[in-house]
Amino acid sequence: MTNPKGRFGIHGGQYIPETLMNAVIELEEAYEKYKNDPEFNKELTALLNDYAGRPSRLYYAEKMTRDLGGAKIYLKREDLNHTGAHKINNVLGQALLAKKMGKTRLIAETGAGQHGVATATAAALMGMECVVFMGEEDTIRQALNVYRMKLLGATVVPVKTGTATLKDAVSEAMREWTSRIDDTHYCLGSVMGPHPFPTIVRDFQAVISHEIKMQMLEKEGRLPDAVIACVGGGSNAIGSFYHFIEDKNVRLIGCEAAGRGIDTFETAATIATGKLGIFHGMKSYFCQDSDGQIAPVYSISAGLDYPGVGPEHANLHDTGRAEYVPVTDEEAVEAFEYLAKTEGIIAAIESSHAVAHAIKLAPTLSPEKIIVITISGRGDKDCAAIARYRGENISE
Amino acid sequence: MNRIKNAFENKKAFIAFITCGDPDLETTAKVVREAAKNGADLIELGIPFSDPTAEGPVIQGANLRALSGGVKTDMIFDLVKELRTDVTIPMVFMTYANVVFSYGAEKFIGKCSEVGIDGIILPDLPFEEKDEFAPICKKYDVSLISLIAPTSAGRIAMIAKEAEGFIYIVSSLGVTGMRSEIKTDLDSIVKVVRENTKVPCAIGFGISRPEQAANAARVSDGAIVGSAIVKIIEQYGRDAAPHVGEYVKSMKDAVASV
Repeated sequence: MTNPKGRFGIHGGQYIPETLMNAVIELEEAYEKYKNDPEFNKELTALLNDYAGRPSRLYYAEKMTRDLGGAKIYLKREDLNHTGAHKINNVLGQALLAKKMGKTRLIAETGAGQHGVATATAAALMGMECVVFMGEEDTIRQALNVYRMKLLGATVVPVKTGTATLKDAVSEAMREWTSRIDDTHYCLGSVMGPHPFPTIVRDFQAVISHEIKMQMLEKEGRLPDAVIACVGGGSNAIGSFYHFIEDKNVRLIGCEAAGRGIDTFETAATIATGKLGIFHGMKSYFCQDSDGQIAPVYSISAGLDYPGVGPEHANLHDTGRAEYVPVTDEEAVEAFEYLAKTEGIIAAIESSHAVAHAIKLAPTLSPEKIIVITISGRGDKDCAAIARYRGENISE
Repeated sequence: MNRIKNAFENKKAFIAFITCGDPDLETTAKVVREAAKNGADLIELGIPFSDPTAEGPVIQGANLRALSGGVKTDMIFDLVKELRTDVTIPMVFMTYANVVFSYGAEKFIGKCSEVGIDGIILPDLPFEEKDEFAPICKKYDVSLISLIAPTSAGRIAMIAKEAEGFIYIVSSLGVTGMRSEIKTDLDSIVKVVRENTKVPCAIGFGISRPEQAANAARVSDGAIVGSAIVKIIEQYGRDAAPHVGEYVKSMKDAVASV
């Protein structure tokens, strides 16, 4: 008698070593206990508002709207959160939960470093020990974030195995968790991994769509026609989509990192190029070869450089409720520069993938239509890499 | 007929793990024959995976060497077919769920049965997800081996009751690899296993020295050794077979002395 839990259609599940099973069961029980607990929610809301700076702004990008000459564009400014990205929403929730569970140590994986910084921040705030696993390649691409984590008191472990990027950091964090469970919570950063993580992370990120809905009704008196967000594992996207899933007239568009193009091997566009598989605790779509070996994916964006996608996104794709489109490095870099020059906002290279698609979409829609783009993070961390991409060497 | 029970018949079993294709498949064939000749009772053949999340650095390295050497799943089925011309001891695959899933579960498990593989160990397939492959394994008489960990409190009876072939008891927290000391209370785990099933159980993770193997065999029905063997193959490369043979003999003697 088995009971496969945490399914989104055929996706999800708990494909993890036996060593971790009691830990995820314990986590699920704790989450079920606290998620509707008024005291827990009061504490979390206070942290989100007073510490992280929520609610984040919904900003009408008037100049961009005029310039593109089509749909009205709003930006959901998750980049204005404390620590500079949406990652803090989930981390404050999980750290508080871990604390209630009596854990004293947080471990995390990170790609761009934003989740690592957020976890190190929450650990510092709550007096917990923190170890962050980061692909060695990414520690070079995102050196500034490595320094921030260290400044916040975290230990950063550069992961040298495999492609030395995000997927290897996840593998190493999972290995670490199997060796130390008693005092340690694995603060997973995206809507991926074994159940209950995809649900927990989604619930903590759903504040984004909750706010968009209220702010949109207040500003426009109606819902938007499309919500656009970038997708790696997919946490800011699911957060932006979640409260609109039942509103069938709102188009939900996820932008995957196509790297140098989906017709090349240097891509991380999972839904465009991957197939169904089982990896990192979940059944979902993964970039892989014919033998099921996970592909060494590539994107200019360390945060989207992941060969899989969260199970709920895989299901939204299967059911057709959300659309997923590939965006190349070049398009993302152009959008990064465009938003800076047009609106004075330097968005993360991850978020710039969503901006790039909006630049294509907006002119095809009439001015009565409304698009919301989630700016998941700020782009300071990317300036050196973008300069390099443009052939300019700057010292930080 | 499934051969796994032969490994435990009137004796304590010594189980050897080898990563297929490290450094190449010819060496794997030689190492398997040498291990069998020197007393291994069961061989675990590792099908390499790009991201082996349950493995420590030693076996991760073996996976990487095998994959960079160009090993494909079909080549490993051919290897087993060739080995079965003279190797009679039970052999099982150890790999990750995606290797089986992407090949097509029915096709993979059917092929296991056809070439003479007696069981499959998938460290990322816990009890809750075993229905993914268990019904197909049953159909082809290939045992889906269950694992029990030091953190399995409250789950041991449930797992043991539905176990097939043998039960793999993970000695320690963490990933595969050699350890100087094993602290888990293995006696209590084995006691619960015995109360719930007649399926034999063997202990693995962290065993490298003869006295550790003897201890494992004293507590359970056998000892499983992976990283220590892989390390010898890493050291001697294509000339590893006689060295592995010698090592297997010393470990088997220790297990048999119990």
